[in-house]
Amino acid sequence: MRVTITVNGTVESHDVEPRTLLVHYLREAVGLTGTNVGCDTTSCGACTVLMGGESVKSCTVLAAQADGADVTTIEGLARPDGRLHPVQQAFREHHGLQCGFCTPGMVMAITSLLRENPAPTERDVRLGLEGNLCRCTGYHNIVAAALAASADPESRS
Amino acid sequence: MSILGNRVVRREDPKFLSVGGTYVADLDLPGALHLVFVRSSMAHARLASIDTSAAEAAPGVVAVFTHHDLGLAPMETVVGMTPEAMTQPILAAGTVRYVGEPIAALVAETREAAVDAAELVVVDYEPLAAVVDPRVARRDETILFPDAGTNTALTLDMGRDEAMFDGCEVRVQQVIVNQRVAPCPLEVRSAAAFVTPEGRVEFRSSTQAPHGVRDTLARALALEPDDVHVISPDVGGGFGAKATVYTEDIVVGWCARHLGRPVRWTETRSESMLGLGHGRGQVQTATIGGSRDGTITAFDLAVLQDCGAYPGMGTVLPFMTRTMVSGVYTIPKAECSFESVVTNTTPTTAYRGAGRPEAAAAIERMVDIFAAEIGMDPAEVRRRNLIASDAFPYTTPVGTVYDVGEYRRTLDIALDVAGYDELRTEQRRRRDAGDPRQLGVGLSCYVEITNGIPEGEYGSVEVRPDGTVVVRTGTSPHGQGHVTAWSMLVAEQLGVPIEDIEVIHGDTDVVPRGVGTFGSRSLQAGGNAVNQAAIDVVEKAKDIAADLFEAAREDIVLDKSRGVFHVVGTPALARGWAELATAAVAAGGNPLLAEVDLASPGPTFPFGTHLAVVEVDTETGHVTLVRHVAVDDAGRIVNPLLAEGQVHGGVAQGVAQALLEEVVYDGDGNPLTANLADYSFISAAELPSFETLFTETPTPVNPLGAKGIGESGTIGATPAVHNAVVDALAHLGVRHVDMPATPERVWNAIRDAAERKGA
Repeated sequence: MRVTITVNGTVESHDVEPRTLLVHYLREAVGLTGTNVGCDTTSCGACTVLMGGESVKSCTVLAAQADGADVTTIEGLARPDGRLHPVQQAFREHHGLQCGFCTPGMVMAITSLLRENPAPTERDVRLGLEGNLCRCTGYHNIVAAALAASADPESRS
Repeated sequence: MSILGNRVVRREDPKFLSVGGTYVADLDLPGALHLVFVRSSMAHARLASIDTSAAEAAPGVVAVFTHHDLGLAPMETVVGMTPEAMTQPILAAGTVRYVGEPIAALVAETREAAVDAAELVVVDYEPLAAVVDPRVARRDETILFPDAGTNTALTLDMGRDEAMFDGCEVRVQQVIVNQRVAPCPLEVRSAAAFVTPEGRVEFRSSTQAPHGVRDTLARALALEPDDVHVISPDVGGGFGAKATVYTEDIVVGWCARHLGRPVRWTETRSESMLGLGHGRGQVQTATIGGSRDGTITAFDLAVLQDCGAYPGMGTVLPFMTRTMVSGVYTIPKAECSFESVVTNTTPTTAYRGAGRPEAAAAIERMVDIFAAEIGMDPAEVRRRNLIASDAFPYTTPVGTVYDVGEYRRTLDIALDVAGYDELRTEQRRRRDAGDPRQLGVGLSCYVEITNGIPEGEYGSVEVRPDGTVVVRTGTSPHGQGHVTAWSMLVAEQLGVPIEDIEVIHGDTDVVPRGVGTFGSRSLQAGGNAVNQAAIDVVEKAKDIAADLFEAAREDIVLDKSRGVFHVVGTPALARGWAELATAAVAAGGNPLLAEVDLASPGPTFPFGTHLAVVEVDTETGHVTLVRHVAVDDAGRIVNPLLAEGQVHGGVAQGVAQALLEEVVYDGDGNPLTANLADYSFISAAELPSFETLFTETPTPVNPLGAKGIGESGTIGATPAVHNAVVDALAHLGVRHVDMPATPERVWNAIRDAAERKGA
């Protein structure tokens, strides 16, 4: 079947098997490998992307379900002029990543979280990230990065 | 001003944050076949037959292989210490010994075709009795390897000195289960291979030790090391479990050679929970003795180590437990014996701390039990037994020589920062009020061994004619930030900006030799090697500068603030690195390069005190970690931002073991935690922000004065949190709760204590 999905502002149209997951579509059909697969039970959140501006775990969305949707991955988050998004920038400044594998999903999840709740408490951030697992950072600097980014009004865009 | 000691943000990050890393599964390998493994669904069985015919006929399938197709020797024994009769075959040979053991390898044109066809492989099992608990395995009633005649893979019996507790006023014994946990790097195992027209095997691996992979793979495939080229691209975490080669890696390499096409393999998380080695897995019988004034005089630890089905790295980890058995204390008599036994479970391996968290858990839990027995504050008991700062180098009863320590200082800081007295006051208040939410304070004063292996490390520094610098290192970072840290070391010596320094790792052709990143060794071995290479390249540059300036060599100085050389007294006439590197090439054709094969500078012994504060809901058994104070001493800190990051991650894994995580099997050896929905992987919601502090007591062992910081988190945090849970319940009569302190365990412990009191 053919699906047409706008990925990071570019209209993509590909033939896929009906069972194709959005994450595999993004990685294999579109060739964007920034979005990672970390589990097979929708537990880890490494595959989190924005669909229609809200975070989804792209391992739990069929490419067919995303037909006609607007999807943003880590590759599409920076500003057109190349400047990092405030969440990306905060991750760098606060050492919010180590091995980097959970990072794209974390960044997308926090971007979505800050759109819903522009002034979260630490508790809000921690509960909001319950579905995104990291094994390197102990979450300490990820939470710090999220809170720092929330102070930047541009983080909501 | 020195760049060392500054919070330099990572040079690695922009790529990860803008387009993501490049992990093995991200590599573009045109025409690559996809390999999947058919894995055992039984813990212990004879394989009556394996019918691959339907799978072979399925669309897209290229080949299906079983053990006899490969003709490969079994995996090597670990450091030659474990029985030949217990080695793991490459694909199961007639018998399976754990759920998840690879039985067949299926190669197809697409991943989907491979997964579909794997379902068509019919395995006829003849079930055998499974042994899951090492306490049962050691009885040898069901034997995993008939040719070995026993389930015991390795023992170290020091001959128990029954007299060691003579004269003790107090003697307490406790069996402590240091449970099996899953390392869970976010990236699962992944490998790819293809053969060049010249017959060379190109191998890509998610590994902590690419040179080890090269050598092991070459031996397994009967090739020379030069016939294999390994690249570890970005690696999504390892935690020790990716430090060794797995049977699957060898099958990937074999298939690529046999089929003459690129082959790639990435396991699923559910496979990884069964296939990637597990950590810990000790049953400890600990005995502590001393006097009522708080002096500890004897400590004995008997370790029963669970090897899993095939003795691997986990089997030998009790040596590390023994090395650190007496912890930070002046205990006159201390000993540790162990027995490592096979069970029908996933093989155990190194996991962050690798034998040392188990040692710290035992001694720190027992010190608390001893304190409870004599009715003394656990902080005071520790204070009275700590090794004094002027006693170093200090030789322990088992012969370990600690380099340097300021143990009392880290304890005092932790107590002060946490507000220990106020916490005890609040605890008393809640106890007196019968508050359902009780407060617990847990301490852990730890010491551990880092860079504990005899191997050194390779490092080189080369200045290019354009003045940029390339550093090659044998360490293999997978999140630790070596590109940033090694750049800082070289910038410090050469006086060039870190932006002009490229750091190359993880490629066995470009980096000729290497050992890898594990055991908290990288800065001490690899960092010191790079530092020495930088010093050497400055000396070589001075030779060249002396020629160019026609001056005496001893008059040449490097002005690090400008990155230029000049003759002493004439700073205006200066030549930069680019000129010297160009002159080097012009003079002899050789680049301005210094290579160092650093012999291991020897182990160091980081230490510290962790203090955890928990709230326990006595009505539900639920534990909440409220605060965690970590005071760590890893000697000289090159980059506090990176060092703190290491502590944060380790602490979270320590809290996870204390409160949440456990690999569980049923009595038949069926895994009950074989995915991330069932395994209690700790999340952000279960943790507070941490309070981390460092003291810096440089080690005399290596030039940088640095000790390892990679594993102190699991070593220090686990017993602190564990002790805090028991401390919260002490007034209810609870003396011990095994990890993980789940609500069910805690609630049962409260109930059992109440029943004992009532009886």
